[in-house]
Amino acid sequence: MTSDNRPVAPTLSRRNFLHRMVRRESAIGWLFVLPALVMYAVFVLQPLVLTVKYSFYKWNGVSPATWVGLKNYVTIFQVPDLIGTIYNAFWLVVWFSFIPVGLGLVVSSVIHRVATGRLGAIARTVLFLPQVIPLVAAGIIWGWLLALPGLINQLLKAVGLGAITRAWLGDFQWALSAVGMIGIWVLLGFCTVLLLTGMTKIDPALYESARLDGASWFREFLAITVPLLRNEIGVCLTVTVIAALAAFDIVYVATAGGPGNATSVPGIQIYVLAFAQRAVGLASALAVMLMILVVVVIIPIQWLSREETR
Amino acid sequence: MRVARGELWAGRLLLLALMAFTILPFISIFVTALHPSGTVPNGLEWPAVPQWGNFAEAFKVADMPALLLSSTFIVLAVVPLSLVISTMAGFAIGLLRIPGARWLLFLFVFGLTLPFPGIIIPIYLLERAAGIYNTRLAIVLPLIGLYMPFAVFWMRAHFVNMPGEISDAARVDGASTWDMFWSIHVPLARAPIASLGILMSIWTWNQFLLALVLVEDPTQRTMAGALGAFQGHYATDIPLLCAGTILILVPTLVLFILFQRQIITALLQGSVKG
Repeated sequence: MTSDNRPVAPTLSRRNFLHRMVRRESAIGWLFVLPALVMYAVFVLQPLVLTVKYSFYKWNGVSPATWVGLKNYVTIFQVPDLIGTIYNAFWLVVWFSFIPVGLGLVVSSVIHRVATGRLGAIARTVLFLPQVIPLVAAGIIWGWLLALPGLINQLLKAVGLGAITRAWLGDFQWALSAVGMIGIWVLLGFCTVLLLTGMTKIDPALYESARLDGASWFREFLAITVPLLRNEIGVCLTVTVIAALAAFDIVYVATAGGPGNATSVPGIQIYVLAFAQRAVGLASALAVMLMILVVVVIIPIQWLSREETR
Repeated sequence: MRVARGELWAGRLLLLALMAFTILPFISIFVTALHPSGTVPNGLEWPAVPQWGNFAEAFKVADMPALLLSSTFIVLAVVPLSLVISTMAGFAIGLLRIPGARWLLFLFVFGLTLPFPGIIIPIYLLERAAGIYNTRLAIVLPLIGLYMPFAVFWMRAHFVNMPGEISDAARVDGASTWDMFWSIHVPLARAPIASLGILMSIWTWNQFLLALVLVEDPTQRTMAGALGAFQGHYATDIPLLCAGTILILVPTLVLFILFQRQIITALLQGSVKG
C-alpha cells in the first residue's frame, strides 16, 4: 500500500504494529496535505477552471454573460492585433531565451577557467544583480537608457553611429527588439552563472585529453561542454522561455505594449482586454491559449534535456 | 589545468565587459538621479551641482516608510505560512507516501509552469465578490496558493530522500506523526526550508501583476507594485523617477549583498529543481 519500499520489520508482531500505524498515519497524512491543497485549489485550480469557462462566454464582468462557444478563440485568430501578441511572444523568445542561453554558453566556457578566486566570486554577485531586483525596476531603468537622451544613444554617438540613434522604445520597428534587450540584461547573468556552476562539475581530464588530441576550442565546446551541460541548458531554456512567453512586468513598465501594438504580448493584452476594455471572455480565451502555449513549448524542452538523466 | 596567457586575458576581459554591461545601467540612473528635478540630462553625465536632495524628495513623495511597512507585512504574511503548509504537504507526499501521493504530486507539478496572467481575471472577480479587493489580503492569499506547486515540489524533493528508518524508530517509540514531523523532520529540513524562504521572500517583494490588478492603493502594495505606481506619477520627471527607483531598490540591494551566497545558491537550486 503505502510504504512498500521501506525495509520490512523483522518480527510479525512488530510488522502488524507498524501496519496499523501506517494505516492510521495515512489518514493523518492527508490532514498534512490539506492546508496546501486547499490554498492551491481555491486560488489556482478554481481560477484555472473559471478562466476556461469564461473563455466560452461574451461577458463584461458585470451583466449576464452569453454563451458563444468557440467564437472568442476564432476572434483571436482573426484579429491581427490579438494573434500578433503570440507572434511577438515568440520574437521575445529569441531575445529572452536563445541569445542569453547561447551567449551564456560561449561566455561561461571562455571565463570558466579564469573565473576562480576573487574575480570569479565578484563576477557571480554582479552578474546576479538583475535577477534579484524587481522586473519593474529593470523596465524603468532601461526605459531611461533606451530613451532619446539615454545612455545607449550616447554610446552610439560616441562610436560614430549617431545616425541610427532614436527613441528605441517608441519606434514601431525597433521597440520589440529593444524590449528584448532588457530581457538579455536580466537573464544573461543568470544563464552564465548557472552554466558556469554546471561546468565546474565537468571532469577537467576530459578537456586535458581533448587538448592532447589537438582539439580546437570550438570542437571542445561542441563535443564536451554542450553535451555535458544538457541539464543546465534545459533549465536555462525552461526558465527563459517562460519568462518570454509570460512576460508582463518589463513590457508593461517599458512600453505598455506600444507604440500601437508593436510590443503587445499575451500578458499585456489579457490585462488590457479584461481590465480596460471589459472583454472578459475574449481575455480569458487568450489566457487559455497562453497557458497551453507555455506547456506545449516547455514539454519538449524538458523531454530533450532530461531524457538521459532520468 | 594549464591555461594559455592569451586565453586567460581574453577570459578576464570578457568577464569585465559583461560586468560593465550589468553595472552601467545602475550607474546611469544613479548619476541621472543627481540632476535637478524636472530636467532631462544625458544618460551618463555628472551634474554641475549634484542634487542629493532628490533622494529626500523621492523618499517623501513615495512615502517610503509606508511602502516598506506594507511590503514587509505582505512578506511576513505570505512566507511563514507558505513554508509551514508546504513543508507539511511535502512531508506527507515524500516521506509518509500517503495513498494517492503520486496523484497529488502530479496535481501540484501541473501548476509549476502556470503563467500568472493566465488566472488573474477570475482571481480579481472572486476577490471583488469576497470583498477583499484593494486590501493586502488580496495579494497575500492568492500568492500563497500560487507558491504551492513550487514549494510542495521543493519540500517533497527533500523528504523523498530522507531514509524511512528515522521515522520507523521514532514510531516504535510511540511518537505521534506530528511529533515526528515537528521534532525530527523539520529540524533536519532546515536548509531546504531556508532556501525556499529566501526564494519566496524575493518573489513576494518583487511581485507586480497581483499588486497592479488587485490593489489600487500603493501603500497597500508590494515594493514592485509601489514602484509601478511611482513610475505612473513621475514618468516625466526623470531625475526624481531615478531617485525613487534607487530608493526602492536599496533594501533589496542591501539584503542581497549581505546574504549573496545564500541568495544565489537558492536561486540556482530553485531553477534547477523547478
